[in-house]
Amino acid sequence: MSRLFSLMPLEFEPPGVESFDLPPLYEGAPEWLDKYSFMAVVSVIVILAFWLIMARKNALVPSKGQFIGESAYFFVRNSIARDMIGHDFRRYLPFLIAIFSFVLLNNLWGIFPFLLLPTPSHVGWPYGLALLVWLLYNGVGIAKHGPFGYLKHATLPSGVPWFMWPIIIPLEFFSNIIVRPITLSLRLFANMFAGHLLVLVFVLGGEYLLLESESIVNKLAGVVAWICSMAIFGLELFVQSLQAFIFTVLTANYISSAAAEEH
Amino acid sequence: MTAMEIVGSLGIVGYGLGAIGPGIGVGLIFASVIQGTARQPEARGAMMGTAWIGFAVTEALAIIGIALAFVFGFTGQA
Repeated sequence: MSRLFSLMPLEFEPPGVESFDLPPLYEGAPEWLDKYSFMAVVSVIVILAFWLIMARKNALVPSKGQFIGESAYFFVRNSIARDMIGHDFRRYLPFLIAIFSFVLLNNLWGIFPFLLLPTPSHVGWPYGLALLVWLLYNGVGIAKHGPFGYLKHATLPSGVPWFMWPIIIPLEFFSNIIVRPITLSLRLFANMFAGHLLVLVFVLGGEYLLLESESIVNKLAGVVAWICSMAIFGLELFVQSLQAFIFTVLTANYISSAAAEEH
Repeated sequence: MTAMEIVGSLGIVGYGLGAIGPGIGVGLIFASVIQGTARQPEARGAMMGTAWIGFAVTEALAIIGIALAFVFGFTGQA
Protein backbone atom coordinates (compact mmCIF):
# COMPACT_ATOMS: atom_id res chain seq x y z
CA MET A 1 0.00 0.00 0.00
CA SER A 2 2.71 2.43 0.94
CA ARG A 3 4.54 1.72 -2.27
CA LEU A 4 1.54 3.03 -4.17
CA PHE A 5 1.92 6.46 -2.64
CA SER A 6 5.67 6.81 -2.67
CA LEU A 7 6.52 8.79 -5.78
CA MET A 8 10.24 8.48 -5.26
CA PRO A 9 11.37 4.89 -4.70
CA LEU A 10 13.34 4.59 -1.51
CA GLU A 11 16.40 2.94 -3.04
CA PHE A 12 17.28 6.28 -4.62
CA GLU A 13 20.39 7.69 -3.04
CA PRO A 14 19.85 11.48 -2.87
CA PRO A 15 22.90 13.65 -3.60
CA GLY A 16 24.36 15.23 -0.49
CA VAL A 17 27.57 16.48 1.02
CA GLU A 18 29.38 13.31 -0.01
CA SER A 19 28.77 14.15 -3.69
CA PHE A 20 31.46 16.79 -3.28
CA ASP A 21 34.17 14.48 -1.94
CA LEU A 22 35.96 13.66 -5.13
CA PRO A 23 38.80 11.15 -5.48
CA PRO A 24 42.22 12.18 -6.82
CA LEU A 25 42.32 12.92 -10.52
CA TYR A 26 43.87 9.63 -11.64
CA GLU A 27 45.06 6.42 -10.05
CA GLY A 28 48.09 7.06 -7.85
CA ALA A 29 47.87 10.85 -7.93
CA PRO A 30 48.67 12.76 -4.72
CA GLU A 31 45.62 13.47 -2.61
CA TRP A 32 45.47 17.21 -3.23
CA LEU A 33 45.39 16.76 -7.00
CA ASP A 34 41.64 16.36 -7.44
CA LYS A 35 39.18 17.86 -9.89
CA TYR A 36 39.02 21.13 -7.95
CA SER A 37 42.71 21.93 -8.09
CA PHE A 38 42.82 20.80 -11.71
CA MET A 39 40.06 23.26 -12.60
CA ALA A 40 41.71 26.06 -10.63
CA VAL A 41 45.03 25.56 -12.44
CA VAL A 42 43.29 25.45 -15.83
CA SER A 43 41.40 28.63 -14.95
CA VAL A 44 44.63 30.45 -14.07
CA ILE A 45 46.15 29.45 -17.41
CA VAL A 46 43.03 30.51 -19.33
CA ILE A 47 42.79 33.85 -17.49
CA LEU A 48 46.49 34.62 -18.04
CA ALA A 49 46.18 33.77 -21.74
CA PHE A 50 43.03 35.87 -22.05
CA TRP A 51 44.46 39.04 -20.53
CA LEU A 52 47.89 38.68 -22.16
CA ILE A 53 46.38 38.21 -25.62
CA MET A 54 43.98 41.08 -25.03
CA ALA A 55 46.73 43.43 -23.94
CA ARG A 56 49.26 42.44 -26.60
CA LYS A 57 48.08 44.47 -29.56
CA ASN A 58 46.45 47.66 -28.45
CA ALA A 59 45.11 49.40 -31.51
CA LEU A 60 43.30 52.71 -31.60
CA VAL A 61 40.49 51.05 -33.53
CA PRO A 62 39.99 47.86 -31.54
CA SER A 63 39.44 44.50 -33.14
CA LYS A 64 36.61 42.26 -31.97
CA GLY A 65 38.82 40.47 -29.46
CA GLN A 66 40.26 43.66 -28.04
CA PHE A 67 36.74 45.05 -27.75
CA ILE A 68 35.66 42.11 -25.58
CA GLY A 69 38.71 42.47 -23.37
CA GLU A 70 38.27 46.22 -23.02
CA SER A 71 34.60 45.80 -22.14
CA ALA A 72 35.47 43.33 -19.39
CA TYR A 73 38.24 45.63 -18.15
CA PHE A 74 36.06 48.72 -18.16
CA PHE A 75 33.27 46.86 -16.40
CA VAL A 76 35.52 46.08 -13.44
CA ARG A 77 37.26 49.44 -13.61
CA ASN A 78 34.24 51.72 -13.86
CA SER A 79 31.31 49.98 -12.24
CA ILE A 80 33.20 48.23 -9.46
CA ALA A 81 36.52 49.88 -8.64
CA ARG A 82 35.77 53.53 -9.38
CA ASP A 83 32.27 53.49 -7.88
CA MET A 84 33.37 51.74 -4.70
CA ILE A 85 36.89 52.97 -3.95
CA GLY A 86 36.78 56.46 -5.44
CA HIS A 87 39.74 58.56 -6.55
CA ASP A 88 42.50 56.20 -5.43
CA PHE A 89 41.14 53.10 -7.19
CA ARG A 90 43.97 52.52 -9.66
CA ARG A 91 46.28 50.89 -7.12
CA TYR A 92 43.79 48.10 -6.38
CA LEU A 93 42.57 47.55 -9.94
CA PRO A 94 44.92 44.64 -10.81
CA PHE A 95 43.90 42.75 -7.69
CA LEU A 96 40.20 43.34 -8.34
CA ILE A 97 40.50 42.21 -11.95
CA ALA A 98 42.39 39.08 -10.92
CA ILE A 99 39.80 38.25 -8.24
CA PHE A 100 36.91 38.91 -10.59
CA SER A 101 38.23 36.79 -13.45
CA PHE A 102 39.30 33.95 -11.15
CA VAL A 103 35.97 33.75 -9.32
CA LEU A 104 33.93 34.20 -12.48
CA LEU A 105 35.73 31.52 -14.48
CA ASN A 106 35.78 29.07 -11.60
CA ASN A 107 32.06 29.62 -11.03
CA LEU A 108 31.37 29.12 -14.71
CA TRP A 109 32.99 25.67 -14.63
CA GLY A 110 29.69 24.71 -13.01
CA ILE A 111 27.88 24.90 -16.33
CA PHE A 112 30.84 24.05 -18.57
CA PRO A 113 30.31 20.73 -20.39
CA PHE A 114 32.32 17.74 -19.08
CA LEU A 115 33.43 19.59 -15.92
CA LEU A 116 30.05 20.62 -14.48
CA LEU A 117 31.45 21.48 -11.09
CA PRO A 118 32.11 24.98 -9.77
CA THR A 119 35.45 25.10 -7.97
CA PRO A 120 34.13 27.21 -5.03
CA SER A 121 31.60 24.46 -4.21
CA HIS A 122 34.41 22.97 -2.15
CA VAL A 123 34.69 25.21 0.87
CA GLY A 124 38.49 25.37 0.93
CA TRP A 125 38.70 27.52 -2.19
CA PRO A 126 36.45 30.36 -0.95
CA TYR A 127 38.27 30.24 2.38
CA GLY A 128 41.55 30.84 0.60
CA LEU A 129 40.13 33.68 -1.48
CA ALA A 130 38.56 35.33 1.55
CA LEU A 131 41.83 35.01 3.48
CA LEU A 132 43.60 36.81 0.64
CA VAL A 133 41.00 39.60 0.71
CA TRP A 134 41.16 39.80 4.51
CA LEU A 135 44.95 40.16 4.48
CA LEU A 136 44.72 42.80 1.76
CA TYR A 137 42.13 45.09 3.33
CA ASN A 138 43.62 44.88 6.79
CA GLY A 139 47.06 45.48 5.29
CA VAL A 140 45.77 48.50 3.40
CA GLY A 141 44.21 49.88 6.57
CA ILE A 142 47.35 49.33 8.66
CA ALA A 143 49.55 50.89 6.00
CA LYS A 144 47.29 53.91 5.85
CA HIS A 145 46.45 54.53 9.52
CA GLY A 146 49.12 52.59 11.42
CA PRO A 147 48.30 49.54 13.56
CA PHE A 148 46.49 51.34 16.39
CA GLY A 149 45.03 53.98 14.17
CA TYR A 150 43.55 51.26 11.98
CA LEU A 151 42.14 49.43 14.98
CA LYS A 152 40.46 52.63 16.09
CA HIS A 153 39.32 53.35 12.54
CA ALA A 154 37.81 49.90 12.11
CA THR A 155 36.13 49.56 15.48
CA LEU A 156 34.99 53.06 16.38
CA PRO A 157 32.73 54.98 14.00
CA SER A 158 33.08 58.71 14.45
CA GLY A 159 30.41 60.53 16.41
CA VAL A 160 29.60 57.76 18.86
CA PRO A 161 29.10 59.09 22.41
CA TRP A 162 31.60 57.71 24.94
CA PHE A 163 29.10 55.75 27.04
CA MET A 164 28.23 53.64 23.98
CA TRP A 165 31.86 52.63 23.43
CA PRO A 166 31.76 49.36 25.46
CA ILE A 167 28.92 48.13 23.23
CA ILE A 168 30.02 49.56 19.89
CA ILE A 169 33.71 48.60 19.95
CA PRO A 170 33.28 44.81 20.41
CA LEU A 171 30.37 44.78 17.97
CA GLU A 172 32.29 46.65 15.29
CA PHE A 173 35.39 44.54 15.83
CA PHE A 174 33.32 41.36 15.52
CA SER A 175 31.56 42.59 12.42
CA ASN A 176 34.49 44.19 10.59
CA ILE A 177 37.35 41.85 11.43
CA ILE A 178 35.81 38.44 12.13
CA VAL A 179 32.47 38.14 10.36
CA ARG A 180 33.46 39.82 7.07
CA PRO A 181 35.83 37.11 5.76
CA ILE A 182 33.50 34.35 7.00
CA THR A 183 30.44 35.69 5.22
CA LEU A 184 32.49 36.56 2.15
CA SER A 185 33.66 32.97 1.78
CA LEU A 186 30.45 31.29 2.91
CA ARG A 187 28.36 33.34 0.51
CA LEU A 188 30.37 32.20 -2.49
CA PHE A 189 30.61 28.64 -1.21
CA ALA A 190 26.95 28.20 -0.30
CA ASN A 191 25.68 29.66 -3.56
CA MET A 192 27.87 27.35 -5.61
CA PHE A 193 27.22 24.37 -3.33
CA ALA A 194 23.45 24.81 -3.35
CA GLY A 195 23.40 25.43 -7.08
CA HIS A 196 25.40 22.31 -7.84
CA LEU A 197 23.22 20.30 -5.44
CA LEU A 198 20.12 21.57 -7.28
CA VAL A 199 21.59 20.46 -10.60
CA LEU A 200 22.43 17.05 -9.13
CA VAL A 201 18.93 16.60 -7.76
CA PHE A 202 17.30 17.43 -11.07
CA VAL A 203 19.66 15.45 -13.29
CA LEU A 204 20.26 12.38 -11.10
CA GLY A 205 16.67 12.28 -9.84
CA GLY A 206 15.39 12.60 -13.39
CA GLU A 207 17.77 9.88 -14.54
CA TYR A 208 16.58 7.57 -11.77
CA LEU A 209 12.90 8.24 -12.47
CA LEU A 210 13.31 7.79 -16.21
CA LEU A 211 15.59 4.78 -16.39
CA GLU A 212 15.23 2.78 -13.19
CA SER A 213 11.63 3.12 -12.05
CA GLU A 214 8.79 1.24 -13.69
CA SER A 215 5.57 3.23 -13.67
CA ILE A 216 4.85 5.45 -16.64
CA VAL A 217 4.03 8.42 -14.39
CA ASN A 218 7.53 8.30 -12.94
CA LYS A 219 9.08 8.14 -16.40
CA LEU A 220 7.12 11.23 -17.45
CA ALA A 221 8.23 13.02 -14.27
CA GLY A 222 11.82 12.11 -15.12
CA VAL A 223 11.52 13.70 -18.56
CA VAL A 224 10.02 16.85 -17.00
CA ALA A 225 12.88 16.95 -14.50
CA TRP A 226 15.44 16.77 -17.30
CA ILE A 227 13.73 19.58 -19.22
CA CYS A 228 13.57 21.67 -16.06
CA SER A 229 17.27 21.05 -15.42
CA MET A 230 17.97 23.23 -18.46
CA ALA A 231 16.16 26.07 -16.71
CA ILE A 232 18.24 25.36 -13.61
CA PHE A 233 21.39 25.72 -15.70
CA GLY A 234 20.11 29.10 -16.87
CA LEU A 235 19.52 30.15 -13.26
CA GLU A 236 22.99 28.91 -12.36
CA LEU A 237 24.56 31.01 -15.11
CA PHE A 238 22.90 34.07 -13.60
CA VAL A 239 23.82 33.18 -10.00
CA GLN A 240 27.43 32.41 -10.89
CA SER A 241 27.97 35.72 -12.68
CA LEU A 242 26.18 37.59 -9.90
CA GLN A 243 28.30 35.97 -7.19
CA ALA A 244 31.54 36.81 -9.00
CA PHE A 245 30.32 40.42 -9.27
CA ILE A 246 29.27 40.56 -5.60
CA PHE A 247 32.52 39.05 -4.40
CA THR A 248 34.47 41.73 -6.24
CA VAL A 249 32.13 44.54 -5.15
CA LEU A 250 32.45 43.52 -1.51
CA THR A 251 36.23 43.25 -1.82
CA ALA A 252 36.33 46.78 -3.20
CA ASN A 253 33.95 47.94 -0.48
CA TYR A 254 36.12 46.48 2.29
CA ILE A 255 39.24 48.06 0.81
CA SER A 256 37.57 51.44 0.52
CA SER A 257 36.23 51.32 4.07
CA ALA A 258 39.67 50.34 5.40
CA ALA A 259 41.42 53.08 3.47
CA ALA A 260 38.83 55.79 4.01
CA GLU A 261 39.86 59.11 5.50
CA GLU A 262 38.38 60.24 8.78
CA HIS A 263 35.36 62.41 8.18
CA MET B 1 -0.66 3.00 13.09
CA THR B 2 0.80 6.17 11.77
CA ALA B 3 -0.76 7.53 8.64
CA MET B 4 2.45 8.84 7.16
CA GLU B 5 6.08 8.63 8.07
CA ILE B 6 8.37 11.54 7.35
CA VAL B 7 12.06 10.85 7.31
CA GLY B 8 14.64 13.60 7.10
CA SER B 9 16.64 16.20 8.88
CA LEU B 10 15.14 18.85 11.15
CA GLY B 11 18.06 21.09 10.18
CA ILE B 12 16.51 21.56 6.76
CA VAL B 13 13.23 22.65 8.36
CA GLY B 14 15.22 25.11 10.46
CA TYR B 15 16.84 26.43 7.32
CA GLY B 16 13.41 26.89 5.79
CA LEU B 17 12.36 28.99 8.78
CA GLY B 18 15.63 30.89 8.72
CA ALA B 19 15.22 31.76 5.05
CA ILE B 20 11.98 33.68 5.70
CA GLY B 21 13.72 36.77 7.07
CA PRO B 22 16.32 37.20 4.32
CA GLY B 23 13.60 36.49 1.77
CA ILE B 24 11.50 39.38 3.04
CA GLY B 25 14.60 41.58 3.36
CA VAL B 26 15.80 40.99 -0.20
CA GLY B 27 12.28 41.59 -1.42
CA LEU B 28 12.15 44.94 0.39
CA ILE B 29 15.50 46.02 -1.09
CA PHE B 30 14.48 45.39 -4.67
CA ALA B 31 10.99 46.80 -4.11
CA SER B 32 12.68 50.03 -3.07
CA VAL B 33 14.97 49.93 -6.11
CA ILE B 34 11.97 49.50 -8.42
CA GLN B 35 10.16 52.37 -6.73
CA GLY B 36 13.21 54.57 -6.87
CA THR B 37 13.76 53.78 -10.54
CA ALA B 38 10.15 54.62 -11.31
CA ARG B 39 10.46 57.96 -9.54
CA GLN B 40 13.86 58.92 -10.88
CA PRO B 41 15.07 56.69 -13.72
CA GLU B 42 18.46 58.39 -14.11
CA ALA B 43 19.48 57.45 -10.54
CA ARG B 44 19.19 53.73 -11.33
CA GLY B 45 22.94 53.07 -11.60
CA ALA B 46 23.73 54.60 -8.23
CA MET B 47 20.88 52.71 -6.60
CA MET B 48 21.84 49.36 -8.09
CA GLY B 49 25.36 49.57 -6.66
CA THR B 50 24.03 50.09 -3.15
CA ALA B 51 21.29 47.54 -3.70
CA TRP B 52 23.75 44.76 -4.57
CA ILE B 53 25.73 45.37 -1.42
CA GLY B 54 22.54 45.45 0.64
CA PHE B 55 21.39 42.29 -1.10
CA ALA B 56 24.67 40.53 -0.31
CA VAL B 57 24.59 41.56 3.35
CA THR B 58 20.93 40.58 3.79
CA GLU B 59 21.46 37.29 2.01
CA ALA B 60 24.31 36.41 4.38
CA LEU B 61 21.87 35.14 7.00
CA ALA B 62 20.30 32.68 4.61
CA ILE B 63 23.76 31.61 3.46
CA ILE B 64 24.95 30.95 7.01
CA GLY B 65 21.67 29.10 7.52
CA ILE B 66 22.25 26.72 4.65
CA ALA B 67 25.77 25.96 5.84
CA LEU B 68 24.55 25.30 9.39
CA ALA B 69 21.63 23.22 8.10
CA PHE B 70 24.12 20.86 6.53
CA VAL B 71 26.43 20.86 9.55
CA PHE B 72 23.71 20.15 12.11
CA GLY B 73 21.60 18.07 9.73
CA PHE B 74 24.40 15.53 9.47
CA THR B 75 25.65 15.56 13.04
CA GLY B 76 22.09 14.89 14.21
CA GLN B 77 21.59 11.77 12.09
CA ALA B 78 24.85 10.03 12.90
